[in-house]
Amino acid sequence: MDQVSTAPPNIPRKNLRPSVVPKAVGLNCPGCGAPMALRTFSNAVNVSCPNCGAILDATDPKFKILQEAQRQYKITPLLPLGTRGKWKGVTYEVVGFQERTITSDGVDYHWGEYLLFNPYAGYRYLTEYQGHWNDVTVCRALPQQGKATYGTRSKDRLIMNGRTFTQFQTANARTTFILGEFPWQVRMGDKVEDCDYVSPPFMLSVESTGDEATYSLGEYTPGKDIWAAFGLPGSAPRAEGVFANQPNPYGDKPKDFWNLGGYFVSALVVLFVLSWIVSQHKDVFQENYSYRQTGQEASFVTPIFELGGHTSDVDLTINTGLDNDWAYFNLALINEQTGEAYDFGREVSYYHGYDSDGSWSEGGRKDTATLGSIPPGRYYLRVEPEMDPGHGVNYTLSIERDVPMFTWLWLALAALVVPPFFLTARGWAFEYKRWQESDFPIVTQSGGDDD
Amino acid sequence: MAKITVNCPNCGAPVEFSWASSVQSTCTYCNSILVRTDVDVKKVGEVGDLPNDASPIQMGTEGIYKNLAFVVAGRIIYEYENGGWNEWHIVFNDGTSGWLSDAQLEYVISSEYKGASGESIPPTHSIQVGKQFHWGDQTYQVTSVTQAHYKGVEGQLPFQFWDADDCIFADLRTTQGRFGTIDYSDGDDKPVVYIGDAVDYNDLKLKNVREFEGWTR
Repeated sequence: MDQVSTAPPNIPRKNLRPSVVPKAVGLNCPGCGAPMALRTFSNAVNVSCPNCGAILDATDPKFKILQEAQRQYKITPLLPLGTRGKWKGVTYEVVGFQERTITSDGVDYHWGEYLLFNPYAGYRYLTEYQGHWNDVTVCRALPQQGKATYGTRSKDRLIMNGRTFTQFQTANARTTFILGEFPWQVRMGDKVEDCDYVSPPFMLSVESTGDEATYSLGEYTPGKDIWAAFGLPGSAPRAEGVFANQPNPYGDKPKDFWNLGGYFVSALVVLFVLSWIVSQHKDVFQENYSYRQTGQEASFVTPIFELGGHTSDVDLTINTGLDNDWAYFNLALINEQTGEAYDFGREVSYYHGYDSDGSWSEGGRKDTATLGSIPPGRYYLRVEPEMDPGHGVNYTLSIERDVPMFTWLWLALAALVVPPFFLTARGWAFEYKRWQESDFPIVTQSGGDDD
Repeated sequence: MAKITVNCPNCGAPVEFSWASSVQSTCTYCNSILVRTDVDVKKVGEVGDLPNDASPIQMGTEGIYKNLAFVVAGRIIYEYENGGWNEWHIVFNDGTSGWLSDAQLEYVISSEYKGASGESIPPTHSIQVGKQFHWGDQTYQVTSVTQAHYKGVEGQLPFQFWDADDCIFADLRTTQGRFGTIDYSDGDDKPVVYIGDAVDYNDLKLKNVREFEGWTR
């Protein structure tokens, strides 16, 4: 083979396959004569006439009619055929639309399936049900089977890509409207068993015909993203109700709140401890007194004392020597300069003894009152004790400045705990609505089991 | 015997057998199908009308798979009741052969798997959906059995393949996204197993692909 001629022969090269694939032109429906377009080149297997709805053989040069027109109604798809948009990094064109219908308890439910096409990257789907959209691709892997038991019911589970999907609904779907072209055989009335498994925001759907099953993975997608990607006019229709794989809007929020609440509670505790440490806890006044009820006016005023620092709390402690007795103290903390008075009263009582159950006691000898937000200044106390006639008591009054307020801590804790409770309840209500649409509604205690 | 160029015994045009593994080639001028033997090259048939397919891949398309560059050297075309598909013969730059299959723009790269012993694979009449095989560290499950017919060839192939008729294929998948095919085209008793991966078009970084009117890549 050393005498090889590299010159081309004197015959024209047969062009078997063009390297630029032309668009099909001049196509007409053999049924009604309407002009037709082919958008997916030779990938199209079936195409429906946009005018009369006949299903045609796209692989046949004469467009043989495979199914006569049998439309009962005409649908204008939300994404018009021919619309292009950049979706998931690829330019796709809407080339086909199918409406599928299931009947449950005598009610028809319809959803739309849009076929997207790129001559290199291939096909992808968008599905729409009452404003809820899913971005769907055909699965390449097989799911693993699993099962889960909930009380007396058991749900199938499928594991795909490390995610566990829970059985949601099985239905027999039929094709009720066809527009555009498809790389497979489609007919009006096609029936398929469709079983959906959910793991929001994903849904794994199994379509079975005969012994073959096709798995596809949908991801819940906001309509507005599709409107933006495909440059559609107006805005996406509002989504109605809760969809099978719609992410729970409260999904992780309660958890986040609980976590965040945890941080806040920790922060509060730290703040509290710190403020306890930096508080002055300054004893500004202490004096011993003695009182006996004689029927005469018993009020008196203390010497003036200084409350320093900034506006903060004041603790007044009454430490008595009461024994099976009570005393009541009318008190006023009075600012010597402004005359402003903080009036309050405290009852101190202490009883104890023995009965058939053993020893008992009630109340205590000591009482502490906290006065909030007292500005600095020179103050004195006006004190008026009361007791039963003839009774008396020795007591000590002491005043401590700048004490931490436990009340605020409790209020702050409550404020932190209430929102996550609320959100958890809302999140639960969402899940309830989701599963009401499934074959496995959540059974409430009052509702009983309807199986 | 690496790359050789011969003159087409039919029309005299230069015809390449570009790789040591190339056994069959086609003349790009007269469409003769040529098979080389140890002594010469002979014409065994002629490429008929190829189906008007819309695959973006063509002879000479280059790409990368698992960091290995490859070039498309030939193809076998099959048709079945729901359409057709191409098995593109690709040659990697380490000289090994593989297959890039393209069915309705879904792509799989595979190569022959010799680890499956012939006896463990049942003949076509008893292969059915759901049957499982353990090859390597994976369990392959039959997901479809397809009867297809050979529609034509193009370019260079690592074996003689020009007179096939109806062929049975069993497709298999795993839970890890691997693909398998049991190819019965050499006969019911000579199944050949190919295993590989489904691939995204963009990941193959293909160059020298076809263009489509109205589309930019």
